[in-house]
Amino acid sequence: MTLLEIRNVTRRYADFEAVKSVSFSVAGGEFFTLLGPSGCGKTSILRMIAGFDPPDAGQILLDGRDLAGIPAERRPIHTVFQSYALFPHLTVGQNVAFPLRLSGVPAAESRRRVHESLQQVHLAELAAHYPHELSGGQKQRVALARGLVNRPRLLLLDEPLGALDLKLREKMQLELMKLQREVGITFIFVTHDQPEALALSHRIAVMNRGRIEQLDKPSRLYGFPKNRFVASFIGNCNLLEADVLECREGRLRLAAAGLGEILAAPAPTPGARAGDHGVLALRPEQIQIGVDPTGENRFTGHVRDFLYAGDVTTYQVTLDTGLEVAALRPNDAPGRAHFFEVGDRVTVGWAEDAGHYVAD
Amino acid sequence: MISARRRSTPVWLTLAAGAAFAFLYLPLIVVVAYSFNDSRLNAEWVGFTLNWYRVLFDDAEMLHAARNSLGIALAASLCATLLGTLAGLAMHRTRLRWLPLLVITPVAMPEILQGVSLLVFFIQVLHLTLGLVSVVLAHITFSLGFVAIVVRVRLEGMDEGLFEAARDLGATPWQSFRLVTFPLILPAVVAGFLMSFTLSLDDFVITFFTAGVGVSTLPLQIYSMIKIAVTPEVNAVSTLLMLLTLVLVVLASRLDKGFMKGVA
Repeated sequence: MTLLEIRNVTRRYADFEAVKSVSFSVAGGEFFTLLGPSGCGKTSILRMIAGFDPPDAGQILLDGRDLAGIPAERRPIHTVFQSYALFPHLTVGQNVAFPLRLSGVPAAESRRRVHESLQQVHLAELAAHYPHELSGGQKQRVALARGLVNRPRLLLLDEPLGALDLKLREKMQLELMKLQREVGITFIFVTHDQPEALALSHRIAVMNRGRIEQLDKPSRLYGFPKNRFVASFIGNCNLLEADVLECREGRLRLAAAGLGEILAAPAPTPGARAGDHGVLALRPEQIQIGVDPTGENRFTGHVRDFLYAGDVTTYQVTLDTGLEVAALRPNDAPGRAHFFEVGDRVTVGWAEDAGHYVAD
Repeated sequence: MISARRRSTPVWLTLAAGAAFAFLYLPLIVVVAYSFNDSRLNAEWVGFTLNWYRVLFDDAEMLHAARNSLGIALAASLCATLLGTLAGLAMHRTRLRWLPLLVITPVAMPEILQGVSLLVFFIQVLHLTLGLVSVVLAHITFSLGFVAIVVRVRLEGMDEGLFEAARDLGATPWQSFRLVTFPLILPAVVAGFLMSFTLSLDDFVITFFTAGVGVSTLPLQIYSMIKIAVTPEVNAVSTLLMLLTLVLVVLASRLDKGFMKGVA
């Protein structure tokens, strides 16, 4: 069931087009994410849905009804702000009760629902405290409780975890997913943090310069990026320039710069033809590195550098042809920080169905 | 060892600071002291008395001036607070660059200029008989800017998201003002009121030009008395005025700063 529909929405600021004729729809109960670098237009879309700014062109429909002309306060849509925007003169309980008070919920029921909402975010015992007495993570939860207490049709979250430190962030991500499942309210989440988007969302719209580059499930975005931008923005990726020599029987023969002729699986969307130019997107974890790696495509080179990340180490390998690739290897042997030293001769290899050809 | 090596303040700095404070506060202390001096002359200390306060409270003219002063201050500061708050809100919201300038300029204008121009305006343009009303109007004009500045500074320091959050959660513009904006600026509004009250109470120059004959306020009364001699009664009334001002100023500064903790 479509809950929200964005139709050819455009938004301009002075001489700058922040959102360029964007369309997408969000289903009821979905955890939908707008992902992109800062300035890509994701927050502008959120503000138009909330009703803070009107679109310059296009329509926003909620349950099939056009929201044009309906002010923010009359939309059944609430927002969790990046700054939390908790009212400093009200207690935690009063903050959460704020939307109930405005919609005329009787005092007794309001108390019950505020308590219930605060329990959901594990803060019931802090109801009488003021926002300035809370930690960042606690403020975040109060903002969530306040956004959810009046059961909006849609909850908008503007980089809500942006101000938290890494550990707390991961904990809040899990809580956010659990909370969304429990309350069953549709979430539209805005972030520039791609691991966060991959972890939380049912679907992600990757945005760049006011347009949606790709809208897909997280695993599809990661595995089958549609273009160079998505391939490089989502996760780490080796982008190898390549020309298509031949496409037949479910195989691509490519002439890759610095590699010569290699075999690759075709894009799931058909259409690659001989003579096309594009890139082969290879994830570092798809490249084996060792003395005798597996895979049909194999090249020798030496380790130029490596990045130790605890669980894994990423090796920057300079191939004998001069091309640079990144390959990743888990540090699964006990006490092992890395398998190779800078300067070591290594062989890298990958299976012909690893990677993914992206046409320009 | 890296122990807490406390750097002591140099002696000359302490002395300089002491001298500066002495310069600021000695004259005030002298006035207060002489108001309790059992002598007609401000010359030598004779003994402690509350006599001059008794004289003061028996002085019908002085009491009348005091009533005028308090009445004018109350009326003018209430109006200035209302208008100044609205001006502060408008300055915060508007994109017009010249509006803040327009509201704040009178604050910086020389008082003598304001006095003369108001006098001319009241008489030539409004054809107003000078009296309590003209003084109140004049006091409103010079205190309004102060209130507007205090309110605006308070608004600038606040997260814009708060007002959007109020709307987002279902508040109409009026509810948003009543439930969020106003409670948040209230300390500044009260501080602005106390400040205008003090300014009005202490004002001499503008009052002098706009009061006309027959209307006297405390500063005008004190001035007319010292034309003859600085009597201990003047010291007594000055002491009381000083006390009231001090209380109002301390109250105003406590209010606006203390509340800031809640916003951070």
